[in-house]
Amino acid sequence: MDHIISAIHVEKYFGAHHVLKDINLEVSPGEVVCIIGPSGSGKSTFLRCINQLETIEGGYVTINGEIAGYKQRGHLLYPLSDKEVAKQRQSVGMIFQRFNLFAHRTVLQNITEGPISVQKRPAKACQDEALVLLERVGLAGKAAAYPNELSGGQQQRVAIARSLAMHPKAMLFDEPTSALDPELIGEVLAVMKELALSGMTMIVVTHEIGFCREVADRVLFMDAGAIIAEGTAEEILQNPQNPRVKNFVSAVL
Amino acid sequence: MSEVIHAQPPAYKIIHSKKYDQKLLALMVLCILAFIVHAFINGQIEWKYVKENLFARQVMNGVENTIIMTLCSMVLGIVLGNLAAMMRMSENPVLRWLSIGYIWLFRGTPVLLQLLLWFNLALIFPVISLFGFFPMRTVDVMTPFMAALLGLGIQQGAYTAEIVRAGILSIDKGQMEAAQSIGMTRLKATFKIILPQAMRVIVPPIGNETIGMIKTTALASIIQFSEVLKNVEDVYYVNSRVIELLIVAAIWYLAIVTVFSVVQMYVERHFSKGWGRRVRAKADTIVPEAA
Repeated sequence: MDHIISAIHVEKYFGAHHVLKDINLEVSPGEVVCIIGPSGSGKSTFLRCINQLETIEGGYVTINGEIAGYKQRGHLLYPLSDKEVAKQRQSVGMIFQRFNLFAHRTVLQNITEGPISVQKRPAKACQDEALVLLERVGLAGKAAAYPNELSGGQQQRVAIARSLAMHPKAMLFDEPTSALDPELIGEVLAVMKELALSGMTMIVVTHEIGFCREVADRVLFMDAGAIIAEGTAEEILQNPQNPRVKNFVSAVL
Repeated sequence: MSEVIHAQPPAYKIIHSKKYDQKLLALMVLCILAFIVHAFINGQIEWKYVKENLFARQVMNGVENTIIMTLCSMVLGIVLGNLAAMMRMSENPVLRWLSIGYIWLFRGTPVLLQLLLWFNLALIFPVISLFGFFPMRTVDVMTPFMAALLGLGIQQGAYTAEIVRAGILSIDKGQMEAAQSIGMTRLKATFKIILPQAMRVIVPPIGNETIGMIKTTALASIIQFSEVLKNVEDVYYVNSRVIELLIVAAIWYLAIVTVFSVVQMYVERHFSKGWGRRVRAKADTIVPEAA
């Protein structure tokens, strides 16, 4: 298995509502995949399924070749314990639309929380690394601030640093700039671009067509719970064949 | 262009309202207050008995017991409350309904009645045992202290459960998801991320409940628990100085409540970290010296 993340025939329902229909995706190391599409098309839900924040009703997801959330015995899949699921999640970072920084912790504590309390690494080393990460996302000197003292763009960059501190093999971005003022979007995208260039494997759900065009190795278009188009950024964005995609792209550009 | 000459506007002086009506009202209230104070000074209160008994051994003993009972029953109440709140939010319907039933039962009956029931438990269960082991006579176990602790603590748990639940519900579910995304189990995330933040919402009403509890312990005097009121009563049964000793009790309740209120203020300040009002210096100290 040389795919970092793969989704095989994933099906998901919210009650009677069929939100994901036979989703298939294979992501190689270092690849940047952008998922675009209208609201309610299941993009975020798919991302949440990869990180096991949602359960799936059919198919399966693998991470580093391991089936997410289950132990395989022959043809049967047995659920993993909460602890084992938590262990699996460590290798995949997740960035949320609403940042979700821990409000009662300083910026530095937000970043070191996982490495210290989950991975049990020595506190001093984690703090030093956190300061390096803060510099990388352009927030040196904000270590002692609380999240509510930062702008949205700064909070999102701290969230990225928090995720990086776990040394993830891949990162999922769930509309990372949708909750930001237009002026603050650029600083977050710049950090994400730098990450992509550094070789991080990324799946990005976004409405930032410009970012897709510049950074994505592959673009998926989702509509009504299915992937209806897939290709390079140029194929999907410059020259869409599918009329649904053409419609969407011309509306957002 | 010639310079425009403005006519000098007339100067006015602002006269503030004298607010005679408010001043009159304040004066009337002061008069009433003076009348009440005067009545107490001239009433048949022998203040020397108040002074004599304020630090009497029996009274001090009651103060001590009131504080101990307040703390013990609040601890029991908070433990039970947390447990009931978590059960209430569980996915398992049996746990959920057990919690709902507990809250319904102990919030739905008067505390005084519950205290009497616990104290008289021996009437229905002369002997109690742990699944058949360690049999004990109920009258030996159900001392006034034990009955008061169970009666006050268990009913407090029912109220605390709702407070804790409200606190946990006030935390955005994104906090749990973010904690899980950095590899925490739900249990760890609850203790490290959710509860510390929920405390900001939980602590003020718990402080309120604690202050309520200080005064509710007075009910335990009815089941012979030696707290302030009971001990003060014991003194005035002997010397017949009813009002003087009740004043002693009132002074002590006020004193205990005042001390607890100050403690509550500091505890609240501690848990409001990250929401404005907080001391800045602490956060800086954890930053290691950058090389």
